[in-house]
Amino acid sequence: MPAAELIRELRGIVGSPYVLIEKADVVVYEQDGSIFQVMPEIVVVPGDVEEIAAVVKCARRFNTPIVPRGSGTGLAGGAVPAEGGIILSLARLNRILRVDLQNRIAVVEPGVINADITKLVAKDGLFYAPDPSSQAACSIGGNVANNSGGPHTLAYGVTTNHVLGIEVVLDDGRVVWLGGEVPDTPGYDLCGVFVGSEGTMGIVTKVVVKLTPSRESVRTLLGVFDQMDDATETVVAITGAGIIPAALEIMDRTTIEAIERGAPVGLPQNAEAVLIVEIEGLKEHTERALEIARSICQRNHAREVKLAANEAERQLIWKGRKGAFGAMGALAPNYYVQDGVVPRSRLPEMMRRIALISKQYNLRIANVFHAGDGNLHPNILFDMRSPGELERVIEAGAATLRACVELGGSITGEHGVGLEKKAYIGLLFNEADLAAMARVRRVFDPDGRFNPAKLFPTPASCGEVRLEPAKIPAGLWI
Amino acid sequence: MEPHHNNPQETVHAKVPSLDIPELHQCVHCGLCLNQCPTYRVLRLEPASPRGRIHLVNAAAEGRIELGDRFKEHIYLCLLCRACETACPSGVSYGRIAETAREQLGPPGSPFARALLNLVFTRLLPYPRRLRSVFALLRLYQRTGMQRLVQPLLPGKLRDMDTMLPSIPAKFFRQKAMVLPAIGERRARVGLLNGCVMPLLFGDVNEATIRVLRRNGCEIVLPKNQTCCGALNIHNGEGVAAKKMARRNIDVFLESKLDAIVVNAAGCGAAMKEYGYLLRDDPAYREKAESFSARVKDAGEFLAALGVSAGLRPVEMTVTYQDPCHLAHGQRIRAQPRQLLRMIPGLKLTELEGADRCCGSAGIYNLTHSEMSQHLLKEKMQSVAATGAEAIVAPNPGCMLQLAYGARRYGPPVKIYHLMDLLDRASDAAGE
Repeated sequence: MPAAELIRELRGIVGSPYVLIEKADVVVYEQDGSIFQVMPEIVVVPGDVEEIAAVVKCARRFNTPIVPRGSGTGLAGGAVPAEGGIILSLARLNRILRVDLQNRIAVVEPGVINADITKLVAKDGLFYAPDPSSQAACSIGGNVANNSGGPHTLAYGVTTNHVLGIEVVLDDGRVVWLGGEVPDTPGYDLCGVFVGSEGTMGIVTKVVVKLTPSRESVRTLLGVFDQMDDATETVVAITGAGIIPAALEIMDRTTIEAIERGAPVGLPQNAEAVLIVEIEGLKEHTERALEIARSICQRNHAREVKLAANEAERQLIWKGRKGAFGAMGALAPNYYVQDGVVPRSRLPEMMRRIALISKQYNLRIANVFHAGDGNLHPNILFDMRSPGELERVIEAGAATLRACVELGGSITGEHGVGLEKKAYIGLLFNEADLAAMARVRRVFDPDGRFNPAKLFPTPASCGEVRLEPAKIPAGLWI
Repeated sequence: MEPHHNNPQETVHAKVPSLDIPELHQCVHCGLCLNQCPTYRVLRLEPASPRGRIHLVNAAAEGRIELGDRFKEHIYLCLLCRACETACPSGVSYGRIAETAREQLGPPGSPFARALLNLVFTRLLPYPRRLRSVFALLRLYQRTGMQRLVQPLLPGKLRDMDTMLPSIPAKFFRQKAMVLPAIGERRARVGLLNGCVMPLLFGDVNEATIRVLRRNGCEIVLPKNQTCCGALNIHNGEGVAAKKMARRNIDVFLESKLDAIVVNAAGCGAAMKEYGYLLRDDPAYREKAESFSARVKDAGEFLAALGVSAGLRPVEMTVTYQDPCHLAHGQRIRAQPRQLLRMIPGLKLTELEGADRCCGSAGIYNLTHSEMSQHLLKEKMQSVAATGAEAIVAPNPGCMLQLAYGARRYGPPVKIYHLMDLLDRASDAAGE
């Protein structure tokens, strides 16, 4: 049991119902959207920034780690309390504080659900652009921590391109603003430093987000292919033709099967791959670009090219795409998703490599990915309960990441490093790079109390840390 | 506590194999259900979310947590609205997981409440005549003025319950004949579930349903020995009597050779469509139950598929539609009731913000968890006020009672109708 005195103080700050210590409460927070589990000791659910500042000060006095958590939809174990301490849930800070239509910004609390911002401003012809597939559930705070992207990253960029300023609680409990309500505040871009820091620098308590005007026309087509190669070559050809679609997404046969079993949307189940091409802009542009995209699909042997006839048909395609990860449960009890990146010209080759890895390790892999960004999401399907399978899965995952780096890419596009990929960050950065990053982190968090054991390779086995299985035996910690 | 190093030895409890159902392993904890869950939306605590509850059941099945009071509180805080099933990309049958856990735990509440509920579930609900007598007594209590005298003297919680007691109609629904002929050409032969409280509190809705179906060419069969569907039992951890009731209904309806078994209560329809699952381990009934479930149709679902043949006269009214959870989420029926309402000339349907979010009724939840229930009801009534509608259509008795209470307590003073009420009014005498 955690120290009684710490618990007493925390209860004094946020109130007893919001300090969870019973096992039948905290066990629920042992996991996020990933396969990692570590049983938490204390979960604290504060209601405002003053309470958060007080909790941070209290944690400092007790020298206890703090792990911030939004909706717990992350895919890299970022919200898992690897070294115990306090899980700080930001779920109750879920107010949209202000919408400024003239300046096209909104000031929101970190627990606000991504999709709720767009829901509120859609009637004014605006939307919040970053659209992770989990946007119906994921929080803005989590998006800021992971610098999240989504299918429309291709056209709009990632979270950091849409955050102007943040209010943060620093490690000593002081509350400061980084950035502001106008772009390009003078001095260091500390807001930029915080975005993507995965909770290792402080607690974000308010976010100023940019709102983007919705486009006059949005057209979506679905190319159906009998060969994955043809689908990836189409992507290379479309971007090479000088059209920048808002989204270019591929789903393979296995992914289609999962979606059609879990929550069907009517995708062709006998296709090897489908490609979603979405084009936005002025009507004249979208019609012309759509024609070009369609003819490129056909030139690359698309069996069929379907146009979404109306918004309902378009929404159905996206419902399938955005539910794809969750749908993996329809095929297997567990899935392990990778987040590798390759230059998009290398996509065809990379997909062939993944097919090879699947065969080599005898594991089913479902691919659903942001093809336009070269951002892959191979989902390795498995059953945690069958002995030895997890080890094979982890090796296969590592093999895909190594392949990405070999082809000139990276180990993560948008899911963050978290617990999951910290062992691989050494594939991308050398020791000097990592040391420079660690120095920046120490400026904000000298004691390493914010979300410890994430992002950086564990010193003891730098670069060679084994990915830990989800069920960690008692007494054995990462 | 050692900072930076925790090591809670996992206390090992007995594994609970009966909880370890395949549905548990279909959840990949993506979290897409969280924001759709009414209790999570209010409390913002993950043990009050569908993903959290699935995780708890899984942990209990593995013996990692105890089947204790806290676990039970979490499992029973759920409304069983199944909005999470609509949100789930994996198609996890959350309802089955929760019902399995509740059967393991038994009914909710204090030992006294549990005993009382057990009595209701096993000695009252399966017996329509006993239930009728109880409601007749309650009616006496209301009409003799005794309620007015007694209510102020009741202790807090009981007094709240007493104020929620709806006014019991002077007339109960009594089936007049076993078979009622279709009006005009016979297009189908259907059975109708009387229900347990439907004939006592909403006898007029049953009458309306019969008239509407007959006017649309349905021959109606009311099997005499039918009983309550058992949904309340299943939702509250009582499985034995529930299965008995299911077997009884299967026997009496299947022997009538029906095209469909029509149900005008969403909760009952959802439960009866799951009889196949409920009796999956009963070799004598498994197949019969499957074929029974396949014939069960919600009244709106059935009529929309059959097609309205009766003429419809105007009903000048602005209404809004509340999706009963066990219709929208439990049976995936959303379009048909709206489609039928739009067919009524003069009737204007304005959409309700969050129409498919639970009103807090949820069977006996409004009694067992009145605080959460009232919170949800208050929010619901605010959304209703924003529509400017003069009436709410909600084709399920639980929702109708709750919304009527909401209109009395929080306003706006809207009327509450069943879909069949309005179709009855629109087709009244048109074809007779």
